[in-house]
Amino acid sequence: MDTVIELKDIKKLYRMGDIEVPALNGVSIQVARGEMVAITGPSGSGKSTLMNIIGCLDTPTEGTYILDGVNVSQMSDDEQAMIRNKKIGFVFQQFNLLPRTPAIDQVELPMVYAGATDRRARAQEALQKVGLGDRLHHRPNELSGGQQQRVAIARALVNNPSIILADEPTGNLDSKSGAEIMQIFHSLNRERGLTIVLVTHDPSIASQAQRVIRVRDGQVVPSSDNYVGSPDLALSLPQRSEAELPG
Amino acid sequence: MNVVESMRIALRSLSANKLRSGLTMLGIIIGVMAVVAMLSIGQGAQAAITSQIDSIGTNLLFIRPGATQQGGVRSAEGSAATLTMEDAQALASVQNVVAVAPEVDSFAQVAYLGNNANARVIGVTPDYPDTLNASVADGDFVSSSNVTANSAVVDLGAQVAQTLFNGNEPVGQSIRINGQTFRVIGVMQSKGGTGANNTDNQIYVPITTAMSRLSRGGQFRGSNTVSVINVKITDPSAQDQVVQDISQILDQRHHVAQDDFTVQSQQDILNTANQVTGTLTIFLGGIAAISLIVGGIGIMNIMLVSVTERTREIGIRKAIGARKRDILAQFLTEATFLSLSGGLIGIAFGALVAQLISGVQLGTSTLNTVVAPSSVILAVVFSAGVGLFFGSYPANRAASLHPIEALRYE
Repeated sequence: MDTVIELKDIKKLYRMGDIEVPALNGVSIQVARGEMVAITGPSGSGKSTLMNIIGCLDTPTEGTYILDGVNVSQMSDDEQAMIRNKKIGFVFQQFNLLPRTPAIDQVELPMVYAGATDRRARAQEALQKVGLGDRLHHRPNELSGGQQQRVAIARALVNNPSIILADEPTGNLDSKSGAEIMQIFHSLNRERGLTIVLVTHDPSIASQAQRVIRVRDGQVVPSSDNYVGSPDLALSLPQRSEAELPG
Repeated sequence: MNVVESMRIALRSLSANKLRSGLTMLGIIIGVMAVVAMLSIGQGAQAAITSQIDSIGTNLLFIRPGATQQGGVRSAEGSAATLTMEDAQALASVQNVVAVAPEVDSFAQVAYLGNNANARVIGVTPDYPDTLNASVADGDFVSSSNVTANSAVVDLGAQVAQTLFNGNEPVGQSIRINGQTFRVIGVMQSKGGTGANNTDNQIYVPITTAMSRLSRGGQFRGSNTVSVINVKITDPSAQDQVVQDISQILDQRHHVAQDDFTVQSQQDILNTANQVTGTLTIFLGGIAAISLIVGGIGIMNIMLVSVTERTREIGIRKAIGARKRDILAQFLTEATFLSLSGGLIGIAFGALVAQLISGVQLGTSTLNTVVAPSSVILAVVFSAGVGLFFGSYPANRAASLHPIEALRYE
């Protein structure tokens, strides 16, 4: 099995004055390449902390995190930035586009920090993939919510990341745009075999994933409910989706 | 991330807030403008004084009598009457001395018909023009036979000639100096100059005539003491040896152990003048630099506001892979761009101001301004430095933001 995300006994403690508050208390998760998983849980469950650690925005207090074969548990800020740049594509609830910046420049930005060449062509290609080939020079305030989120997805894709980390990607969208965005995720997962991690509290979104990881009180809920199908199915899915790839 | 990319990002975010960027830049523009204009005044003064001194020559020594001492009270330098015509003649034999010109100074009222002028009257020998780089424009200079004969003849400085004769031919006319009639034999070439250094406001009579006919401060008429002995030497490098030789000869002649005279060189005067104008330049520039620093604080202020406003943007950039140094470079570029372009505009305005105030009359002298390349370079370097210095704190603050907190910032 080709594991992309491997969390082993991750603990995260926040210090509040003299007391240490555990946000995560021994979380172990594995995500296979090509899988589409959902992480759900009520607010205060540690879901966001888990997402931050998976997204290399934060480091765990204890435990090991291996992303795409690299141990990223205790990296410096700059090393983490490089990992985020190369291996992780973020999609946020608030879209998080730069203000007053044309779509094409937004999508180029990760490549600017990566020092990549032929940025314009690649950015254009990524925007075409999400159906915005005719909106290259529009600024965020000239785009609808769904279009903005598609720019964000193009930006997440452009450096060919190992995983897409989507935090409530449909939370700020009407149901129609939300469905369109989910459709893009599904096709990326199916056609390109991209690993997608959805962080959501919306059951209808979570149910679209192949597997749901429930977090409560800083721990993964250890029930068979974690899986939409059987555990075997979850592990066999990547092979299936790769087999479905045209090339 | 390379410099071009940083520049692009900086330009975009600066143009997003044009009024604010413009006003921030204005602080630097005014600061640099003030520095450039002030330095141009200081350097203009320096250039004027230097060229004036250079016009006489830097290879000159001036020997003046020392001070008298009476009952322990020392009077002004030059008040003692110790230097004589014979001393001057003795100095001509010193090695490396080219020419010796003793002079006797006084002030007098000169008149021609209804026109009056107050002029410095200098009693001279025929060696005077050679020694002090003076020349006659029209007519002849005082000759040795004039000196021998105590002739009542006079050469006029250009300005005196203009005042008295108003464009008419002065040579051959008679003027009155302190009521005595003198015949004008020549008019001097104008050398410019201002204030006390204005050689165009001098008139020249034979030294013997000055001694015997014209009264002068503190001296009896008829005394053969001189006010100054001007000595021209071959070149300034020989100066120290010549001064030593002169001191030895004069000490011997005066039978004194301690010098009863002072030797001042044109080089000393030039150095002193440069020191004074240099101080003036630093003083003016320093005052102007304060406004540049105020402008720098303006940049820091705006950059801090900008960092706070763009916290979310910084979070986004960090989330998609910007490293600390990328963010640092972005904000430093922005601050430096503001201050440097402000600096360049400020230099242009400063040069314009210098041009405008050049030639303004200040009392008797004219204000000259010189925008030296050194002050332009200084302004560029200084304004870039101001941007880097005052931008580094806000930029550092931006670079050290934690991505999660920055993303969460509303």
